[in-house]
Amino acid sequence: MTTAKTPLHKVEGTGSSHSGTGHFWHQRVSAVALIPLSLWFLYAMLGLAGTSEVSALQYLAHPWNALLMGAFVLFSLYHAYLGLQVVIDDYIHTAGMKILLLLVRLLAVLLVGGVSLFAIIRIAAL
Amino acid sequence: MADNPQRTIAAARPLSPHLTIYRWPMTMATSILHRITGVGLAVGAIVLAWWLVSISNGPEGWQSFHAVSDTPIGLLVLFGLTWALVYHFLNGVRHLAWDLGYGFPKQTAERNSVVILALSVVLAIAIFALAWTGNGGYLQ
Repeated sequence: MTTAKTPLHKVEGTGSSHSGTGHFWHQRVSAVALIPLSLWFLYAMLGLAGTSEVSALQYLAHPWNALLMGAFVLFSLYHAYLGLQVVIDDYIHTAGMKILLLLVRLLAVLLVGGVSLFAIIRIAAL
Repeated sequence: MADNPQRTIAAARPLSPHLTIYRWPMTMATSILHRITGVGLAVGAIVLAWWLVSISNGPEGWQSFHAVSDTPIGLLVLFGLTWALVYHFLNGVRHLAWDLGYGFPKQTAERNSVVILALSVVLAIAIFALAWTGNGGYLQ
């Protein structure tokens, strides 16, 4: 079979996007991880509704809950990071604006994630 | 370089009617809602970060969050985020089922679109009703 692909390209099997089905697959894996994490998150939020900051502090300071909240934040933001890329790809057609928005999305996710994780660690250390 | 070379030509051409003229199938409405709630939840991550920071700042921090979240607009935003999470969750599970090849027949997809839409509203109201009637707060 004649093909324009180099042997390396054929072996990688990633096509013109250079990342293959990676984006699609990561979106699904993070979605599956978020099924139990979201259920725990709703359970925790309802359980802390109408309580004091002492309850919230003590609950989130427990290692398991701190880990679950950290995992929920990380998987949510990664899932959002991938999802926002699809939205930007679909609606923004000029290269400059697209690159700008993709960068803003990256920095926003890193900032929100960093702040959230720092707060979780601070609560757990209190 | 960044300009789309087809743009000026495309603008002058007539466009066949699409979004504005046809009745929306339920699957189209639920698909668009999935995207809107997804973007909404991404913004909601900022609220979650703020909530976590406010807790880490002790009593004053907690009060500064509740000074905003306990207002009618604050509660409306929290309710909107709750519904968005429930909806995106339910419809997301359906997307995973689709990925596995289940639920593609037209009538099936139309029917469970209605179910997901209705169930998401009912569950979001139920969650808020539980909190409102003092049935939340079990993690004292």
